[in-house]
Amino acid sequence: MASIWEYANPVKFLRTSEKVLPVLWVLAGACLVIGLIWGFFFTPDDYRQGSTVKIIYLHVPAALMAINAWLMMLVASLIWLVRRHHVSALAAKAAAPVGVTMTLIALVTGAIWGQPMWGTWWAWDPRLTSFLILFLFYLGYMALWAAIEDPDSAADLTSVLCLVGSVFAVLSRYAVLFWNQGLHQGASLSLDKEENVADVFYLPLLVCIAGFVLLFLALVLYRTGTEIRLRRTQALIRREAARA
Amino acid sequence: MIPDLGKYAVTVLSAYGASIVLLIGLVLISLRAGRKARRALEAVETRREIKDEA
Repeated sequence: MASIWEYANPVKFLRTSEKVLPVLWVLAGACLVIGLIWGFFFTPDDYRQGSTVKIIYLHVPAALMAINAWLMMLVASLIWLVRRHHVSALAAKAAAPVGVTMTLIALVTGAIWGQPMWGTWWAWDPRLTSFLILFLFYLGYMALWAAIEDPDSAADLTSVLCLVGSVFAVLSRYAVLFWNQGLHQGASLSLDKEENVADVFYLPLLVCIAGFVLLFLALVLYRTGTEIRLRRTQALIRREAARA
Repeated sequence: MIPDLGKYAVTVLSAYGASIVLLIGLVLISLRAGRKARRALEAVETRREIKDEA
């Protein structure tokens, strides 16, 4: 069996991702279309929240991916810091715009959902606040990559920022448990069946989550390929300039 | 075709609209950047091959 470290080779990574990507795009599209149509058209209203419950099919998967994208960036950053594999640093860089979009979707849908349910678009609730800070960390992470010219220095500094920001990624996940206050409800998905949403909402929600996970994987693989090509182009241009 | 969303129709539709626009935007921007990077690399590699042959 091939070692995972073989994919640290950019050529091997590009070759493998080219094979996997078409399948991932199709599966992601299929899960998202099926899950969202199922949730939007074929699920009943909630007895308390009315039709706003349909927002769950976007809000929960986006929030899950917002946190997990940062955790994936954390793993990739640690690999860069320990083993100095360029592909892992580029994968972390490629995941950030995907993560920030997921965080933005979670914040926007949360605000839209919160207005009729809580009577306000925003509250300085522990989970909402930690999500806003996570969003700002994503922006800071991308700005740092853009601001530093030397790619290895940029990878080093953004990796350290990623380690620091991980505190907020974890806080975003567990804020409701740490501080038993605020407007935001507890987990919609849990190993404890009592805490879960009803099955009629749960199954389409699982399909939507699968769609978001697959879309995240497809986008990160594709964007990492883009970053590898950009890095190679810059290296060739530098070599040309040195020869001239 | 659209289910009866009652008094929350604007709320639900705006949440779906905003999310779908953001998701499609992210995919399109990623694909465009990917195509641009591929073309740039091909151009540099072709130039390099021509120079090597010359």
